Amino acid sequence: MDKTAQKVWNQAHQQANSGRRTVTIDPITRLEGHGKIEIFMNDQGNVDRAYLQIPELRGFEVFCQGRPSEDMPQLTSRICGVCPTAHHMAATKALDDLYGVECHPVGRKIRELVYNAFMLEDHALHVYILGGPDFIVGPDAPKELRNVVGVIGKVGLDVGKRVISMRRRIREIINYAGGKVIHPVMGLPGGVAKGIAASELPKLKEVAKDGLDFAKFTLQVFHDIVLKNDAYVKLITSDAFTHKTHYMGLVDKNNKVNFYDGDIRVVSPDGREQSRFPVQKYLEHISEHVEPWSYIKFPFLKKVGWNGFTEGNSSGIYAVAPMARLNAADGMATPEAQKAYEEYFKVLGGKPVHHTLANHWARVVEMLQAAERMVELLNDPEITGKEFRTIPTKTPKIGIGVVEAPRGTLIHQYETDERGLLHRVNLIVSTTNNSARIAMSVDKAAKGLIKDGKVNDGLLNMVEMAFRAYDPCFGCATHTLPGEMPLVVTLRDLKGDIIREIRR
Amino acid sequence: MPDKPKVAFYWCASCGGCEEAVVDLAEDILKVVEAVDIVLWPVAMDFKKADVEARPDKSIVAAFINGAIRTSEQEEWARMLRRKCQVVVSFGACANSGGIPALANQFKTETILKYVYEDCPGLDNPGKVRPLVKSEDEGRTLTLPEMHGMVRALDQVIDVDYYLPGCPPTPKLIMAAVQALLSGKLPPKGTVLSPDIALCEECKRKDSKPVDLALTEFKRPHQVQIDPEKCLLAQGIVCMGPATRGGCEALCPGGNMACTGCFGPTSRVKDQGAKFVSSVFSNIVPKEEKEIDAVLDGIPDPIGTFYRYGLSKCLLRRKLN
Repeated sequence: MDKTAQKVWNQAHQQANSGRRTVTIDPITRLEGHGKIEIFMNDQGNVDRAYLQIPELRGFEVFCQGRPSEDMPQLTSRICGVCPTAHHMAATKALDDLYGVECHPVGRKIRELVYNAFMLEDHALHVYILGGPDFIVGPDAPKELRNVVGVIGKVGLDVGKRVISMRRRIREIINYAGGKVIHPVMGLPGGVAKGIAASELPKLKEVAKDGLDFAKFTLQVFHDIVLKNDAYVKLITSDAFTHKTHYMGLVDKNNKVNFYDGDIRVVSPDGREQSRFPVQKYLEHISEHVEPWSYIKFPFLKKVGWNGFTEGNSSGIYAVAPMARLNAADGMATPEAQKAYEEYFKVLGGKPVHHTLANHWARVVEMLQAAERMVELLNDPEITGKEFRTIPTKTPKIGIGVVEAPRGTLIHQYETDERGLLHRVNLIVSTTNNSARIAMSVDKAAKGLIKDGKVNDGLLNMVEMAFRAYDPCFGCATHTLPGEMPLVVTLRDLKGDIIREIRR
Repeated sequence: MPDKPKVAFYWCASCGGCEEAVVDLAEDILKVVEAVDIVLWPVAMDFKKADVEARPDKSIVAAFINGAIRTSEQEEWARMLRRKCQVVVSFGACANSGGIPALANQFKTETILKYVYEDCPGLDNPGKVRPLVKSEDEGRTLTLPEMHGMVRALDQVIDVDYYLPGCPPTPKLIMAAVQALLSGKLPPKGTVLSPDIALCEECKRKDSKPVDLALTEFKRPHQVQIDPEKCLLAQGIVCMGPATRGGCEALCPGGNMACTGCFGPTSRVKDQGAKFVSSVFSNIVPKEEKEIDAVLDGIPDPIGTFYRYGLSKCLLRRKLN
């Protein structure tokens, strides 16, 4: 730790209540760019309160002001290079709404193809590389193995190569239709910039078919490694990783999960429909709370109200992302995914599922739907149509767009003058929706796992797992960058001296 | 067996897209891992700052640093890596010239904070609470770092040997740079590791670009059907191609959209926006000021158009109020 940061910490510590001991999980090396966890211990060595703090803000909403709204799909994709396609698509849909133009049906199919391709490869990234190692390798495995190398060690090099090659091939689809895979350029109000050539179709169909096989294979891997292990299932359903909150997700007209479009549906902790509304009405349903100890804001359901960091029907806190999407819908839109969905709820004891770690499984269920949708869309001969854009003719004023990003519901709102130049921008980003629940998860996991002053690597990894399951992207959440979170865990005594350091 | 050359990857203020670009080496990444010993890569591997600090100076062959410099912490990391590495490669548009985050240099920090926590739609914040550098919650003291206002390029903080351009650089260019490093066949210091030609030279639409563009108006891309074969400038759409370095093989025009300039200028150009203005605006047909203004109305955000990725390095620097 550098001297300045040490000094700041020491000062803060001296001012803290002297009867308390503090454990800091702090990305020292990334002090200003990433999240940190502060754990306050009481005299008995138990956790008093744990805070997840997001220490930076970038202000995309402000620096986009004055710029042409049609630049937003490309500007906002730079919020996150891991999920640029989600921001690109939410922005494009906000432009449709801004100009009052319905997307050309062919353009819509191309958008959906790209979007489902993105959902599939992004979920695969998390399952195999970012979050999955906790399960595939195991939460108690030594930290040097809890990474992609450990995953390859467990599932074999051939599988590792298959993951790499499959992701590359799926991403080539986005590259082809979107111009670029990292920061696509396809989105325009009323359609897309480029069509799909009929000559490309056989190749695209093959990738989609292999993508579906790959999603099925991933479900099998999850079965073999996680579900056949009682200890893992017990961990998933344990109280330390459970919160009874509201859940939000996009649904189609049949209340099935949809990543690209639909109404926002919210279900209560006891599984009843709390609300269902088009995104244009989101300000009637969502408010944001501010705390002085974090740059991130805390959205909540306006009609239920902010009731502090509490759970249950009377708390407006809600969750988004895979588990929440499955809870908020009545089923999946495709057959293989529906089968996996039914098994998921059967094993986990019915709807809604409140176990944060179930996000990993829900993510695999969603991979199936994304792959099946790709196959469907490519079997639709209309997708190679020569026309794919409707030129907008109306005067712009206000536009709101929504998609389900891999990490949850993502809302862009733009207000412009009559030339389409922005004067007001609001972004409610996936991980921000989850911010209150993630904060509670970290607090609860710390309280449940750290007892009588006993803190070890495995326990701290489990505290981390409580938020890693959300696949959080704090880069997105504060519209800051970057999106990943290397953590350093520092344990200190009362004087603020370091007892030991654990890093991942 | 001699030790494999040591390589470090690091990120500052970036979106993670440059990291994804490295992951997009796909199968080739296995070759890289075989050939080098990666001693630092925060996104994918466990790491220790102390470990890197403990290494002898210049013991790491190369560092690839992406992202702009916004915080003191990022600055410290950059300086430390400079000491430990023989070669520093500035990786991507943000490190090279500020990138999209540098567009914030047009606004004051206070403007950003006020909007986000007081004026944004949907806030429930009657007490106008803002994040504080130091706050108390039930007697527990919590601290946050202060927000910094200015976004800088990497070479405004440390000495840089090479530049990989792009938002993000393409896997092909990344692989070529790694191979050049490994073979020891290094170009002169300061080289941008991408062809020193204008993007137009590698654009498939090149043959349809007239010598005199004869511009009578600029059209915004959402207003017109874009011809997928014809030069975008010839269609009246602002395309940064003439003022931008090639190397991406004209990806965005391939996606039927204009180049926005993410590769920065060629070696012969100091200021990318000024280059564009001087080379393209001379093709505007009207000669009367009022008529010229009417043509320029088609470019409502000149800074965001000409300096989208380069505000840290452009001659304009920043807005003071």
